[in-house]
Amino acid sequence: MKRLAGLLALMAWGAAHADEVQVAVAANFTAPMQKIAAEFEKDTGHKAVLAFGATGKFYAQIVNGAPFEVLLAADDETPAKLDTEHRTVPGTRFTYAIGKLVLWSAKDGYVDNQGQVLKTGDYAHLALANPKTAPYGAAAIETLTKLNLLDRVQPKLVQGENIAQAHQFVSTGNAPLGFVALSQVYRDGKFTSGSGWIVPANLHSPIRQDAVILAKGAANPAAKALEGYLKSNKARDIIRSYGYEL
Amino acid sequence: MPDAADLAAVRLTLELATVVTLLLLALGTPVAWWLARSRSPLRHAVGAIVALPLVLPPTVIGFYLLLLLGPNGPVGKLTEALGIGLLPFSFGGLVLASVCYSMPFVVQPLQNAFEAIGPRPLEVAATLRASPWDTFWSVVVPLARPGFLSGAVLGFAHTVGEFGVVLMIGGNIPNKTRVVSVQIYDHVDALEYAQAHWLAGGMLVFSFLVLLALYTLYPQAVRGRR
Repeated sequence: MKRLAGLLALMAWGAAHADEVQVAVAANFTAPMQKIAAEFEKDTGHKAVLAFGATGKFYAQIVNGAPFEVLLAADDETPAKLDTEHRTVPGTRFTYAIGKLVLWSAKDGYVDNQGQVLKTGDYAHLALANPKTAPYGAAAIETLTKLNLLDRVQPKLVQGENIAQAHQFVSTGNAPLGFVALSQVYRDGKFTSGSGWIVPANLHSPIRQDAVILAKGAANPAAKALEGYLKSNKARDIIRSYGYEL
Repeated sequence: MPDAADLAAVRLTLELATVVTLLLLALGTPVAWWLARSRSPLRHAVGAIVALPLVLPPTVIGFYLLLLLGPNGPVGKLTEALGIGLLPFSFGGLVLASVCYSMPFVVQPLQNAFEAIGPRPLEVAATLRASPWDTFWSVVVPLARPGFLSGAVLGFAHTVGEFGVVLMIGGNIPNKTRVVSVQIYDHVDALEYAQAHWLAGGMLVFSFLVLLALYTLYPQAVRGRR
């Protein structure tokens, strides 16, 4: 009864002080974040207004005055950079997910669960995100290098502007094969469509995805509430169900 | 300083723009001539279809091309049956996309120029026993020269500036689909602002000089009248 009263009070307080928070979200985290934002609004009354895109682009926009208050990056370097440039609220940076890379095809049964299809070279194109700006793209290159396949597949590589576009190339069939984020093709323990090989973590540096409250969000209670919510068990369960590690 | 990759992107862009402009002059001239001279009720529909790329966002064109040219689309299935393979991520694919996208910029100036000639010179040539083919080359082309010039320049410049369509179906492959607009975008994304400045500034200067030349040498082409 006390718990219920407490929850009601929190919701009433939340509804009475319902704030909006502008969040920049890395493209690979689109699906889980939409779910988390819906639950966040239900549980606290605050509204998270989401913008999805490439982390590198968000950095350039933030440096040039974009109104984002929280950043959920696809890497740990960008939030750290923003920290050293004093564009964040100190002490609010933390890892909200650890990304997993997957070699995926829209065709069922095309990719075996050892990733041997990579070595056959039977495919015309291999899609990945731009390694210069997308951590999943960089991880894909690291994997190919570790497997000694980079030289062989180099002529077949097609770069998507970000991980979402890399996924688009594969899902439309234009690239039979591609390195995408596991969260884009995975729910509750299995692939939503097509076939894939989850790249073992030892083949690339860990894709630590960090979040941070930006300077513009320092006075916004909704920003702090969102950060706390991302650390809650409910949010972590959602994040894990999309194939991330925590 | 621009490095080898940047120069390769510039060279690829100029190659693409040249090929596309020549193709569009060849394809666009008969279309523009038909639009200018025909009385068929179909000419309004054809004119609207030709003008579509003027109003559609490039991402719409790129998106539909990605689907049409892919393995599940009708054009993709055709190219695979002909043994060409798939067009996305290839120079040929970019040429096709650019031809669609820059078509109105070549056809419309030509159409205006042909319409401005009117029927009189053609009738006069006929009375002097010139065949339609002879009439076209001896009478129409010289009179429509400003239209050809402005169509060529606009088509070339528009292809050089193409970004949205290339982003959707290019795949950013060096020497095949990594054109200047994409290269600049990459540099900005990766915070390589110095290189972005070189490329962007260079394109700006180039475009200005081309337009300046056109305005100076053929002002009537720009005014849209003979």
